[in-house]
Amino acid sequence: MSDVLQFTDRGIYCPAGDFYIDPWKPVDRALITHGHADHARPGMGAYLATPSAKPVMQMRLGADANIETQPYDSKVRIGGADISFHPAGHVPGSAQIKVSVDGQSWVVSGDYKTVDDGLSEPFEPIKCHAFISECTFGLPVFNWTPQDELAQQINTWWSSNKSEGRYSLLGAYALGKAQRLLTTVDPSIGPILTHGAIENTNEVLRAQGFSLPETIRVTPDLNIKDYPGALVLGTPGALSQSWANRFKPSSSAFASGWMALRGVRRRRAADQGFIVSDHADWQGLNAAIAATGAEKIFVTHGYTSQFRRWLEDQGYDAHVVSTDYTGDEDAGE
Amino acid sequence: MKDFATLFRRIDQTTKTNAKVAALSDYFGSATDTDKLWTIALFTGRRPKRTVTATKLREWAAEASGVPLWLFEDSYSIVGDLAETISLILPDAQKVEDRSLTDWIHYIKSLSTQEEFERKEAIVSAWNRLPNEQRFLFNKLLTGGFRAGVSAKLVTRALSQATGQDAAILTHKLMGQWTPDTITWQTLIEDDDPTADLSRPYPFYLAHALESLDQLGDPTNWNAERKWDGIRGQMIVRNGEHHIWSRGEDLMTERFPELAQLKDFLPNGTVIDGELLAYRDGSPLSFNALQKRIGRKTVPKKLLNEAPVVLMAYDLLEHEGRDIRQKAFKDRRKLLTNIIESTPESSPLYLSSNVSFETWQDLARERDRSRELNAEGLMLKRLDSPYLSGRKRGDWWKWKIDPLTIDAVMIYAQAGHGRRANLFTDYTFAVWNGNELTPFTKAYSGLTDAEFREITGWVRKNTLQRFGPVRQVPPHHVFEIAFEGIQASPRHKSGVALRFPRMLRWRKDKPVAEANTLADLKEMLDLYG
Repeated sequence: MSDVLQFTDRGIYCPAGDFYIDPWKPVDRALITHGHADHARPGMGAYLATPSAKPVMQMRLGADANIETQPYDSKVRIGGADISFHPAGHVPGSAQIKVSVDGQSWVVSGDYKTVDDGLSEPFEPIKCHAFISECTFGLPVFNWTPQDELAQQINTWWSSNKSEGRYSLLGAYALGKAQRLLTTVDPSIGPILTHGAIENTNEVLRAQGFSLPETIRVTPDLNIKDYPGALVLGTPGALSQSWANRFKPSSSAFASGWMALRGVRRRRAADQGFIVSDHADWQGLNAAIAATGAEKIFVTHGYTSQFRRWLEDQGYDAHVVSTDYTGDEDAGE
Repeated sequence: MKDFATLFRRIDQTTKTNAKVAALSDYFGSATDTDKLWTIALFTGRRPKRTVTATKLREWAAEASGVPLWLFEDSYSIVGDLAETISLILPDAQKVEDRSLTDWIHYIKSLSTQEEFERKEAIVSAWNRLPNEQRFLFNKLLTGGFRAGVSAKLVTRALSQATGQDAAILTHKLMGQWTPDTITWQTLIEDDDPTADLSRPYPFYLAHALESLDQLGDPTNWNAERKWDGIRGQMIVRNGEHHIWSRGEDLMTERFPELAQLKDFLPNGTVIDGELLAYRDGSPLSFNALQKRIGRKTVPKKLLNEAPVVLMAYDLLEHEGRDIRQKAFKDRRKLLTNIIESTPESSPLYLSSNVSFETWQDLARERDRSRELNAEGLMLKRLDSPYLSGRKRGDWWKWKIDPLTIDAVMIYAQAGHGRRANLFTDYTFAVWNGNELTPFTKAYSGLTDAEFREITGWVRKNTLQRFGPVRQVPPHHVFEIAFEGIQASPRHKSGVALRFPRMLRWRKDKPVAEANTLADLKEMLDLYG
């Protein structure tokens, strides 16, 4: 049996269809799981992604990028390979990509989470022979706060800041995490201000029909005094720069899976850390892998060596594949 | 323990001193006396005795959470904190129970008389009754070590707010050898009897590093002396007994038996601030000599001869039973000189002599001699300064010599733990030995977060080989490594060991071929070893 997919120095390659999945070097044809910068890189001859992933990718890669779309759960043939996209639950439009050649099916997970965040198309387990999984948080110490508890934590923090006359500064990824938080919080608490990078993504997603609460873009002309006690959503990078200085007094918080670790929380020097991630936690990874029915598992980025060994202990044929994906929730986008 | 958990969370979640003090002060205003006493004890390093070994805790926690021990260990090395790892890895508590902090401490203490299987049962059952946050604190009580970004100084400020007492008086009350079992809140905090404990030291006065000589003004207002490289300590003689305290509030009396004779020569009611130094034939030995004595509670005769310890006196804090810290430094110094002159010449007590100078240039030349004298640099003290407590700016400055440096090549990287779990921060460095790179030190600190992030990205993409958590990377990046001392070490491949190595600069301008060589290191060893 020959391998449906190969791991090359340009990325994951399908010889039967002559295409790459989320390549990190320029290639002619790239299938893209989602729009984050480590997966959708510039310079590809042609891109194929889901219809809901396209608008943000177009914004990020530029109007010249040639992006075709393929709806979820429908099959298309490229060369000798049948491919289909399936919801990965990571961010709006994110997909797992299934590739079948001669009756052998392999699935590339991209980044995924198994919890329904209320915004992204919820994760669907796909039966396959081999599963290529991320494992950003592949250690048993990572267990996420349930969504309703999370909402309560953020709302309590925001309300109490507001009642004490403080702004609530919350740092989150511009694509995915920010919009997820927008749909998690209770907008009746007060006004919501957004950093330009986040608002750009909001506009694109709203135009696609995603429902987000009302937000106000922070511009140099905006009189922030008109919005006392506002929730201010910024990128992680913006929160540590002068951009954030205008909001005084304020309480700051970060929302990331890394916030599960006290040490990381303290290094970020924020007042609060909310444990929320768009990657699967330990339970999520294990459940997702079991649901594929696959015997062969390739783990890409994250705690790969530990997770591989754990999978092997559980009876899987598990391998580490080295990739250029970071899955780093703390990187400022 | 709910209120203690709330306190801990409030402290842990903020970097603002005022918010921490407010949280502590609220707690001191509402908690029970025994809980308050234990809280002070924990935040000032007085932890309950360990009743379970860390090894057992790991085994039991792995078993209770259904993960293999190796995976528990790997998780621990990433989280960096055993108490936290256990609380994160265990399944949620089945039935939650609210007991007070003091109750849980007694629960833990009672384990000491139990058989191992009973201990295990008690701990696993406690884990199952505690919500996550409290479970972490319970584990902290089990494993000791309660660092929470709260210094004794913060506790004192909060106590001062809560009780209305002067912070300096409270600082003094909190020092010494009390434990919550031997004292009550009333006696420790409320009662007015500062001499109750004869062994009680004064808070140390610590200096900031000198930034520029310009800020000092007229040289005639200043006293200069050597900054000795030993252990800062306080010698207390009261009621015919003596006590030696370290700066970290360790009682070290028994470790330095040769200093016991001083109680016969020093008058009662004397407290001297000084440096404990290994010293022979009229001059201090290097810190390495003293290092052999640290941590030894009983000292073999051979070591006593090899590395005899003396007290090099800097200052006098108590004279004839009176606290004289408010007197001017020059007056305290005069009294100190008189006391030392009245002791026999053979006694292990010396005055840290003044370094005389007229201009700052003179002093700079004296500073350059530090290394040959086995000193770390100079101490500058304003002649009319009082003896303050803690690290204060203005009157006292340390003027250390520049560290030794060498340009080295990074060859291995490892992810940090705790605060740095998602970054590669621990590197191994090598120097050239012919065409080969010989590793000679590791370093973890000195770069900015942004630099650590940049290197982390590079390491991920340039890993040659993995050895467990360690990644071999191509020799590409050169760093300037700073260190305080160098000594021969047959245990290391390079033959040398460094003291306090850290990264001074990332030399992006320097090609790998221009890094230093093993011969350069050996030359430094000959000069300074």
